[in-house]
Amino acid sequence: MRTKSPLERIRLLGKAGLDVCQALGRSTLFLFHVLAGRSGLGNGLQLLIKQLYFVGVLSLPIIVVSGIFIGMVLALQGFNILSDFGSEQAVGQMVALTLLRELGPVVTALLFAGRAGSALTAEIGNMKSTEQLSSFEMIGVDPLKYVVLPRLWAGFISMPLLAAIFSVVGIWGGAMVAVDWLGVYEGSYWGNMQNSVRFMEDVVNGVIKSVVFAFVVTWIAVFQGYDCEPTSEGISRATTRTVVYASLAVLGLDFILTALMFGDF
Amino acid sequence: MTDHEHAVELKGLTFRRGERAIFDNVDLVFPRGKVTGIMGPSGCGKTTLLRLIAAQLRPEKGEVWVNGVNLPTLGRGALFDMRKQFGVLFQSGALFTDLNVFENVAFPLRVHTELPEEMIRDIVLMKLQAVGLRGAIELMPDELSGGMKRRVALARAIALDPQILLYDEPFVGQDPIAMGVLVRLIRLLNDALGITSIVVSHDLAETASIADYLYVVGDGKVLGQGTPDELMNSDDPRVRQFMQGTPDGPVPFHYPAVDYRADLLGSR
Amino acid sequence: MQSRTLEIGVGLFLLAGLLALLLLALRVSGLSAVGSGDTYRLYAYFDNVAGLTPRAKVTMAGVTIGKVVAVDLDKERYTGRVTLEVDRAVDNLPTDSTASILTAGLLGEKYIGISVGGEEEVLREGGEIRDTQSALVLEDLIGKFLLNTVNKEGQ
Repeated sequence: MRTKSPLERIRLLGKAGLDVCQALGRSTLFLFHVLAGRSGLGNGLQLLIKQLYFVGVLSLPIIVVSGIFIGMVLALQGFNILSDFGSEQAVGQMVALTLLRELGPVVTALLFAGRAGSALTAEIGNMKSTEQLSSFEMIGVDPLKYVVLPRLWAGFISMPLLAAIFSVVGIWGGAMVAVDWLGVYEGSYWGNMQNSVRFMEDVVNGVIKSVVFAFVVTWIAVFQGYDCEPTSEGISRATTRTVVYASLAVLGLDFILTALMFGDF
Repeated sequence: MTDHEHAVELKGLTFRRGERAIFDNVDLVFPRGKVTGIMGPSGCGKTTLLRLIAAQLRPEKGEVWVNGVNLPTLGRGALFDMRKQFGVLFQSGALFTDLNVFENVAFPLRVHTELPEEMIRDIVLMKLQAVGLRGAIELMPDELSGGMKRRVALARAIALDPQILLYDEPFVGQDPIAMGVLVRLIRLLNDALGITSIVVSHDLAETASIADYLYVVGDGKVLGQGTPDELMNSDDPRVRQFMQGTPDGPVPFHYPAVDYRADLLGSR
Repeated sequence: MQSRTLEIGVGLFLLAGLLALLLLALRVSGLSAVGSGDTYRLYAYFDNVAGLTPRAKVTMAGVTIGKVVAVDLDKERYTGRVTLEVDRAVDNLPTDSTASILTAGLLGEKYIGISVGGEEEVLREGGEIRDTQSALVLEDLIGKFLLNTVNKEGQ
């Protein structure tokens, strides 16, 4: 390796900073073009249904299975800790609050980024590298409207639903462990939960979180696909970037949202 | 005002990628109803030129006149309308992978016309018959060979009866039979439909056999132009090197480097 | 048909998602569809409401008959004012009933228990429960206990 002079290092740092700003600008412009202006597609609903299938329905198995296991683990761990204080009856409330406020939206978003986000990036990247996107343009169809927009909406619609399904199966998995296995009284599992979970504060905030995550993850995924270098190497790098950036964005945003929603200011 | 005799005319076109000038003040004219070939070594920007003509890229300077309209001045919406006049055959065919052959060819018709289903079917069958693949309508793109893909893509490109057809490297990676089929199709479509064809390629023999007029581009400039026969006997050493395929010449065999001896000894 | 199964799949997915949201609303957060039309409001003033929060249960003989909708300070009396919503069905609470703030278990949540009085007259919409018993504050209790012990030792 050649050694770099300090000035060269500073230049590289500056270049990296400029690249980040450029990418941010490009992605914002990209989003603007996707959302703004005439859509002009009569069969938009058909396209959306197809993408809902690929993005939503095909993500169901991983969401359901992870949801059950996470709920079961939460109940097991919670029971062990709570029983030290003699309040193992509160395990239902602990499982429900953890899932609704945090794990439901966050884990769903992470799994979604890995399962559907990377697939979106790879698919759009592949369409770019095989010149299908150019082809759409030449036929006079805006690929942003025809290819990107339905995928964006599909992600936007499916993720909150997936997060809700995740929480429900998680709570059910927790009930299975706590009630059937550890012997918590069923009435206090559900009763404690219902007393402590508030619809507006817990359920609705969880849904708001997952809507925000859905927006960010899908945006990152389709932009990375659209912006990638149209080679097989470029696509694989873009796919990795999607998962990394989306996960970081979700975790970072989660803190900010939690502070806004549950912090007292 | 531009001469309407020419379907496409490029004036003073300059395009840069980073520091490198891909095209530097280039003038090209594509006469109506003829097959014009653009040839040049790999990486000289032939595909870029097609994208400039189709206004998928914006030139840094210069004008792109298509049927009397200067494309770089148009907005996004007007461009999409303008593009209906073009048919493009991409290098890879660029068939939509999730649609079958029939739907691929029908796609432009469905988007741009309100035709009833039976009429769309008739048109699609006619176009597929023209490229000899009427029997393949139910197949998916990944069940087709490379040559068949390109023929389906050609059928799709002519679905809306465009006035200008752009071919991006139509002969690359084809076996001799597929190549012969494509050569015949390009010529046939041009003559039968009165289309203006622009073929970008580095396959010398095939392009020369169908083109009425040829441009040789390289180093961001037009190196030579003329009918295929004229170019074969060109005096320009760079044109001759390309036309005859000699390994060393004005385009050197070696990538620019420091002196070989100095490099070997200097590393010790 | 391929697109048919696809559409059915999407339909089922959307249904499952909405059902999950509904379950979260009803089963998990205990949001009931019962509107305020079926309840009437009562007020109770406490010297100390420590820890009582809106949505806490209101019970009578251990049966939930309503919930707390608001806890605020009455600026004139310097006491905590608790607004209760009680089921219309329970319309025979005597005016001298007692409301006390109780705790579920040693550290559990606070709720209001109402014990019945003997008057003929019953509480109506906007009525006030006069006889109240404040929350049990553990610190006060311990303080009193210690004081008692010290006093006894002094004697």
